[in-house]
Amino acid sequence: MKKSTRILARFYVGIMLLLMYAPILVLMIFSFTEAKVIGSWTGFSWDLYPDLFKNKEIVTAVINTVVVALSSAAVSTILGTAGAIGIHYSGKRMKSALEGVSQIPIMNAEIVTALSLTILFVYFGVQFNFITLLIGHVVLTLPFVVLSINPKLQQMDPNVYEAALDLGSKPSQALRKIVLPEIMPGIFSGFLLSVTLSLDDYIITAFTRDTSFTTLSTYVYGVTSKKGTLPPTLRALTTIIFVFALLLLVLVNIRKGRSKGEGGKR
Amino acid sequence: MSKIKFTRKWLSLPYAVFMILFVVIPLVLILGYAFTDAEGNFTFRNLASLFGSASNVNTILVSFIIGAANTVICLLIGYPVAYFLAHREIKMPTAIVLLFVMPMWINFVLRTAATRDLLYWIGLNGGEHPYLCTMIGMVYNYLPFVILPLYTTMTKLDYSQIEASSDLGARPLQTFVQVILPMTAPGIVSAATMVFMPTMSSYVISDVMGERKLSLIGNSIQLYFDQGLWHMGSIVAVVMLLLIAVGMFATKNVQKEDDVRGTML
Repeated sequence: MKKSTRILARFYVGIMLLLMYAPILVLMIFSFTEAKVIGSWTGFSWDLYPDLFKNKEIVTAVINTVVVALSSAAVSTILGTAGAIGIHYSGKRMKSALEGVSQIPIMNAEIVTALSLTILFVYFGVQFNFITLLIGHVVLTLPFVVLSINPKLQQMDPNVYEAALDLGSKPSQALRKIVLPEIMPGIFSGFLLSVTLSLDDYIITAFTRDTSFTTLSTYVYGVTSKKGTLPPTLRALTTIIFVFALLLLVLVNIRKGRSKGEGGKR
Repeated sequence: MSKIKFTRKWLSLPYAVFMILFVVIPLVLILGYAFTDAEGNFTFRNLASLFGSASNVNTILVSFIIGAANTVICLLIGYPVAYFLAHREIKMPTAIVLLFVMPMWINFVLRTAATRDLLYWIGLNGGEHPYLCTMIGMVYNYLPFVILPLYTTMTKLDYSQIEASSDLGARPLQTFVQVILPMTAPGIVSAATMVFMPTMSSYVISDVMGERKLSLIGNSIQLYFDQGLWHMGSIVAVVMLLLIAVGMFATKNVQKEDDVRGTML
C-alpha cells in the first residue's frame, strides 16, 4: 500500500484508540487532584487514594464483587467442565439438545434472563440472598465455560484415552490423567472469562441480589443516579482497576504466547 | 465398554439439571406470566395492552432505530480499524486489537458514568441531549464487539483473490464491493448480532447517558419489574425473545465468529 494511505491508516486507528481511552484517561489524570468534578484541577494530591480505602461502602462493594466473581466462576468451571466432557461423549440427540440449551443464555438478552430468574424465585417463594445472586451469575457464565472447553475436547486424540484404558487404567484415572490435562487451557480461559463477565455484570446482579448486598456495579449505579457525577474517590478506584487489568492482560497474553509456540490453535 | 460410555456421558447430568432448572423453567414461567392475568387465567390482554399503548409502541420503535443506528455506526467506524489492522498497515496488530478491548475490563457502569462525566465536561449534557448522549454511550460500549469479529475474519482472508480482482482490472471500489465485502460477511453478521439485540435490550446506558429521558425495551422491562407488574414485564420480554429468535433464524446460515470476550483470553 502507498505510504500516504499507511499514514492515514495509522492516524485513523490512533484517533479511535484515543477516543476509546479518553474517559478512562481523564478519570486517571483527575484521580491525582481532589476537585469535586473532572475538568477543574485543584493541585496535585494523592489524597483520593487513602480516601478510597477509608470509604467502607466502596471497599465492601469491591470485596463483594470479587467474592461473587470468584465463587460463581468456581461453580461454573466445575459444572461446565463436567458438562462439556459429558456432552462430548453423549449421543447425537442429547448432544444437540444440550448444546442448544447452552446457547440460550448467550443469545438471550441479559434483562430477559434476569427477569426470568426473578420470576422463578418469586414463583417458588425463594428469598433473594447470596445464593440467588450466585445462581444468576452461574447462569450468565456457565455456557461460556462449556464453549471454551468444547474446542479442546474436539482437538483431543480419542485414541489416547482408549490406550490408557487398554493399558489398565480405570476410566476415572484416564479422565483425570489424560482428558483433564488436555483441556486445561480451555478450563483456564473459561474460568477467566467467567470472572470478567461476573465482575462486569450489572443487570443480573440488580435483579437477583438481596437489596442490602452491594457490588461495585450496583454501588456506582446508585450514586450516579442520585448525585449525578462520579464521586472523586471512584476516580482513584478506576485507576487501580485499570492498572490491575493491564497487568493481568499482559500476563495472560505472555502465557498464551508461550503456549502458542507449542503448536495448535487457541 | 458400554459401562465406560455410561459413566462419561453422565458427567453432564448436573449441568443439564442446572440448565433446566435455571434457564428452561424460568423461560417457560415468563411465557406463562405473559399470557395470564393476575388470577392465572389465560389471556391475550397483556399483548393487546402492550401494542395498544402509544408509548409502548414508541419504545419498541425507538429501540429498533437506536439498535440499527448503533449497529451501522459501529460497523462504519470499526470496519476500517479492523481492515487496517488485518492488513498489517500498523505494527503489532494483535496488541492493538487487545488495546481496543481493554476498556471492557473496567466495570461497565463505571465506564459508562465516566463517559457521561467527560461529555458533561465538554458541554454535552445528557438531560438536554438524551438521544445524542445515549448514542455516543452505545457506540463507545459496543465498538470493541465489532472490531474483534471483523478483525478475526479479515486475518483469514485469501489475499490472492483480492489481488486477482485488481489484476483482472477491477477498480478499487469494485474490488471492495464485489470481493472484500462478501468475504468479510461472516464477521459483519457476527458483529451485527453482537450489537443490535444487546443495544435494544440494554437499559443502563440509556439510563445513565440519557438521564432517564428516553426509554428502550430494556428500560420498559425494568420499569414493569420495579412496579411489580410481572405479567406486563413478561410480555415485553416475550416480544424481545421473538426478536432474538428472528435474528438467529435470519443469520443461521452464516458461519459466525466467537464472542468478543472469548477471543480475548
